[in-house]
Parts: sequence; C-alpha cells; structure tokens
Amino acid sequence: MKTVKLTVMKTLKKSILPVFLVMSLMIAIVGCSSSSNGNANQANSETGNNTATGAGTAEAITLEFQQWWGVELPDGVLQEIVDGFTDQTGIKIKLLSNPYADTKTQIAAGAAVGTMADVVGLDGSWVYDFAKQGSIANMTALMQADGYDDSQLSDQIKVDGNTYMIPVVNFAYPMYVNLDIVHDAGIEIPNSWSKFTEVSKKITTSTGKAAWAIPLSTESPSGIQNNFMSWLWASGGSMLKDGKPALTNNADLTATVEFVKGLFDAGVVAKGAYAMKEADMVEEFTNGRVAFMTDSLAHLTTIRKEAPDLNFDIIPVPVKDGYTGKSGMGVANWGIGIAENTKYKAEAMKFIEYLMSPEVNAKLAVYANAFPGNVNAEPDYLQADPLFLKAYEIYQNGYAINEFTGLPTSEELMRSFDEQLQLYLDGDTSSSADMLAETQKIWEEAFN
Amino acid sequence: MSIETEKIRSIQYRNRNELLKKKTEPYLYLIPTIILIVVLLIIPICMVISYSFFDNVIINKNPTFVGFENFKKIFANKTFFVAVKNSLIFVGGSVVAHLIIGMTFAVLLNTKYFSAKTKAVFRVIFALPWMFTASVIAILWKMLLNTNGVINYFLVEANLTSTQIEWLASRDFALLSVTVINIWAGYPFYMISILAGLQGISTDLYESSAIDGANIIQRFFRITIPQLKPILISLLMLDFVWTIQQFALIWMTTGGGPINATEMLSTFIYKLGFSKYQYSQASATAVILLVVCTIVAIIYVRNQRGQD
Repeated sequence: MKTVKLTVMKTLKKSILPVFLVMSLMIAIVGCSSSSNGNANQANSETGNNTATGAGTAEAITLEFQQWWGVELPDGVLQEIVDGFTDQTGIKIKLLSNPYADTKTQIAAGAAVGTMADVVGLDGSWVYDFAKQGSIANMTALMQADGYDDSQLSDQIKVDGNTYMIPVVNFAYPMYVNLDIVHDAGIEIPNSWSKFTEVSKKITTSTGKAAWAIPLSTESPSGIQNNFMSWLWASGGSMLKDGKPALTNNADLTATVEFVKGLFDAGVVAKGAYAMKEADMVEEFTNGRVAFMTDSLAHLTTIRKEAPDLNFDIIPVPVKDGYTGKSGMGVANWGIGIAENTKYKAEAMKFIEYLMSPEVNAKLAVYANAFPGNVNAEPDYLQADPLFLKAYEIYQNGYAINEFTGLPTSEELMRSFDEQLQLYLDGDTSSSADMLAETQKIWEEAFN
Repeated sequence: MSIETEKIRSIQYRNRNELLKKKTEPYLYLIPTIILIVVLLIIPICMVISYSFFDNVIINKNPTFVGFENFKKIFANKTFFVAVKNSLIFVGGSVVAHLIIGMTFAVLLNTKYFSAKTKAVFRVIFALPWMFTASVIAILWKMLLNTNGVINYFLVEANLTSTQIEWLASRDFALLSVTVINIWAGYPFYMISILAGLQGISTDLYESSAIDGANIIQRFFRITIPQLKPILISLLMLDFVWTIQQFALIWMTTGGGPINATEMLSTFIYKLGFSKYQYSQASATAVILLVVCTIVAIIYVRNQRGQD
C-alpha cells in the first residue's frame, strides 16, 4: 500500500505542482497590479486602517490625484506643488496626469465602477452627473467638518445646495485678433456685431483669409460653450431662467443664432468648422489663417511659443448693437473634487485646502496663465505676458460666466445644441425659432 | 489477501490513476488561462448583458429589472438606425476595398517580374499603414484632409475642384472620408495574409494549367481564388468584426458628425454611456452588437471546421 501511496503522491506532485506554481504566480501578478494600479482605496487599505485606528502614521498615506493639469502646466510644476504638501503633512500625492479628454473618460469609467482616484480634477460640466451618481463626495459636509472658511473661495459648484466642486483656477475666454490681417484689410477693431460682420466681410474679400473660426466638432462640443455662447454672454444674455433651459422666446439667443448664421452665410467663417476642435482652431489662428477667435488664455503661451512673430492682440468680445451693460466673459476652470469611494476624505480635503491656500493658489494661477480661485490669492503677474494683463483688465471690467457649469449631462446639452445649430446653418431647419424650439425640447428631457 | 492479488490491485490502481492523470492534466494546465478569461471576459460580458435588462444601472443605486425596455428604447431611437446604416456602409466598403487592394498588392508582390530587392522594399512600404496606431492614422489623415491640407492643394492646383472640399466636415463627404481612411489603414493585413497564401500554392498547378492553355485570368479565377478561398473567408469574417467595432478612428476624426453623418454603432454606444450616462441603453446596444458579431463568429467557426 505504501508503494501505491507513494506513486500517487509522486504523480500528484508532478502534475499539480507546476499548475499551482503557475496559478500562484498569476495570482501574485494580478494581486500586485491591482494594488499598484487600482484605486487608492484598495491600494492603501492597510495604511488606511492604520490611520483610522490611529496606530499608524500619516506618512504611509498616498493619495491619487487624477487630472489633466500636469500636462498643461510647464514640466514639473505640478509635481513641485504637490511635493510641498507632502513636506507639510507627510501625505504623498501620486499624480495621474493625462490629457483632458482621457482624464474625462477615465474619471467617468472610475465613477461607473467605483474606482475613482481619491482626488480628481473636474470640469464644471461633469459635476451634476457625478454628484447625482454619488461618485463624488459632498464637500459642504467635509468643509464643515474641517472648519474650513469657504468665504475665501471665488466660487463653488453646487448640486441641490451642496458643493461638489471647487474651481481652483479660472481661465477666461477673451477674443484674440491677428493684427496683421486686420491691418492688411485696412479695418478697425470691431466692438459691435454689425461692425464685426462688416469687417469680417472686408477681411475675407481683401485678404482671402477667414475672419472668424468656431470649432463645432461633435466629438468635443465645447465650442458651443466657449465660442458660440461667448457672443450671447458678452451682450448680457442668458440661456437659462431660474436654472432651467430658456431657449425659446429668448430674443438675445435668437439674435445670437441669427448673427452666427449671418457670418456663415457671408462665407467669413473658417472652413471645416463641423469637424474642427479647439486645438484645430488655435492652429488656424497660430498659422495666421484666421483674424479673430475666442479662446482660453491658457493657450497664450502656446501661441507665443509656436508663432513668436505673430502680431496679435486681445480684445473684448464685440457686443450686440446698442448694448451698453457689463459684458459676461466665458470662463472655464480647473475644478477639484473628492471621490466618494476614497477612505481618505479628510486627508483629501486637507490637500484641497492646501491647493486653495492663497500662496499655492496664486502660484498655480501664475503658472497656468489663469485667475485664482481664492479671492485672497495675490498672483504675481509682473512677469506675465502683457496680453494676459490686458485680458485680466477686461475680465475685471465685466463678470465671469459659464452657464453650462453644473447642468445635467452638460456636454450632451452642448452636443445637441451643436447638432441643431449645424442643421440650421445648413438650411435644414427653416428658422432660428424652430432650431431653438427643437433644442429646448431635447434639453428639457435632460432636466426631467 | 495474497501478495499477488495486492500487486495486481496496485497495478490496476496505477493504471487507473495514470488514465485519470492523462485526462485531467491538460485541463489543470488550462486553469490559469480559464481564470483570466472568466475574470476579464466572461464576467464583464455577463455584467453588460445583465445591465441591459435593468433601468439605469450605475447612476441608479437600486436598479430594477425592466426586461426588454432598454432594447425597445434603442429600437425607437432614430439615431440608432442611422448608426446601423452608416456602420453597414462603412464596414461593407472597407471589407470589399480591403480585399481588392490587398489582393492586388499581394499578387503584385508575388509576381516573378520584380526583383527580390524591389519586392522587399515595396513589401515594407505597402505594409506601413498596418504599423500605425489609430491615433497616428487619425492625426495624419486630419492633416491631409484639412481644408488647407495637401489633398485639397493638389486638387485645386490640378483644377479638379474650384473650392477647397471640407472632407471631414461636410455631410456629403465625411462618411466616404472615414471609410477611405479605414481602407488605407486596414488593407496591409489582407495583403500580408494573401501573400502568405499565394506563396503556398504549388507552381505545378499553374504549370499544368499553362500547358492546358489557360490564360492569366483563367488561372487567377480557377486556381488562385479557389486555393485562397479558406484564407479569404477567414479574412472577410475577421475584418467584418474588427471594422464594425472601429471606434478610435471615427471618434478622433469626426466624432460621429457632422450631425450624424458618420455616427457608427461604436460612437453611438460611447455617447450613450459616457456623455448621456445612459449605461443600460449603452449596454443594450452593445448586446445587439455582440449578437451580430457572435453570429459572424459562429459562421467563421463552422467554416473553419468544414475546412478541417
């Protein structure tokens, strides 16, 4: 019997041992990768327990910070800033930096499956959906728990009365003008819609170049927010009433739609608008093929770098004829929020407080060519581009506005507006009233 | 019990054990792969299928079973049928063009009229598009098809058009443009596969047919095509599945626009999920796509079995 047992044992060892070895190896690989690549929630569960019980030290905590800012800031700046937080608190920050579009997809995927990074960079247009989904934390409660004075914040993005995102820095969208094209056409800088139409026609006829560019690609429909609505907001108009869509019977918006159609019909708009993205528009301007564009100040450095000889200026967006009130300037922001699934909400709040502290916030604003999110921050713009200072002055003379921030399925609202606008521009929709009525119907469904 | 009986039993036990070992051992080695397939493939597929039968999952913390409600909504959505129509044109055009271009280049590269060196150089040149990722292809073609791009420049210079054509921004040209880009990106796979098949055809067949008086065209249709048939069927089926799933290229060039001119099933699903946050409807559409691809896969497997 002993011989039989031995034979069986040997056979089992021979056949099963390699299998178990391979399995162990795979489990180890999968285990390691999930702990290193997965969300911080899992990755730091051990250290989290230590912190929670008070048995461990804060040094062991690592917060993952997913954002697109690192890519848009000068090399190493964001790392330097977050290292300052580690020096102060011992909490490490792991930067997950990707371009804007990738960040959005990754955050949305993380929100869907509950694996969001601890701290996330947010765009105001995403907030409503993530908040309703319960994937980002209620920051009102966290700020209260921490005794944070939120009066120093320039803005807070709220859903149902609670804050879910804090704008860290704000990017204004003034109008850029190519002075060489303007001089070649022998025209003056326009300050009203009628003058803009007039000079646009002159530019196209005399130089053969496009007068204005608007990116209307449905892949990234932010052109509606940043380039189309900028005309409406500059003239004091609004697309909402009491936070709800007010597209129909809206004289300002109707006039804006018709004004833009007038520009398209006059053939003064850069070709390829329906497939153009913001980056393509900036490229057209940088290459001297477009006279005017509405764009973020964040691109000022890029334009200077790509075309050092480009003779351009920054002006306020022209207003509707006869409008004399204050102009709204479109803004986009680098917002920040905390994942609901993180075990380190308090630590994450500390990190946000650090980024929003006057000194750090001012530093971030200077590097990003942006305006600070903390009202007490005093950015040292002395070294800044003179055009940036000019834009700052325009910004201070008016008011910051972005009506898409905090709306439900905000990007989809822009996309549906974009599609309806394209149908109107192509003549498929007979009137601006019909176009706006159809868009209103689509928007209302999103709000229900 | 005698010692002899014990010995016989021992031998019987050993034989039975060896038989068991022979039967089970291959499966044991497969366990790691099976685990990976289950975790990374079967479970996600099952999750997506289950999502399609609930009301808005993920967004809704306590989703309820709604049966085929999501499928009904999808079939009531006009854009879905636009996406199906566009996908069929895109897939059909791509598959047929891939086959024709791949076959043409493969035959050219297999001919005896070029030197080995020339063939090697052109083999690399023709295979180049296969080396690029979708993002590189999208950027490259966006530059070429830009209204101020090279293609428009040559067309205007050659007086073939008086105005610059908005290849990707016009509803008349966008679908054609993305199909052409996809054809360019995918033909090398056919070319290389067909070339490998051509090199496996015995020259005896061609020689004997030449003695019988068959011309080039007859040889191509009576020898080459029948000999390549198993490869061609496999290529067509694989290409159908790959092309119908094409997302990155469409998304990066047109985003499904202008309006819905290049909306495909893949972009339709993406927008439902990541822009409208309608994960259940996105799952339902993905299930429809899965069924279509599974049918094609079954045909493919049957075809392969038939060849065996």
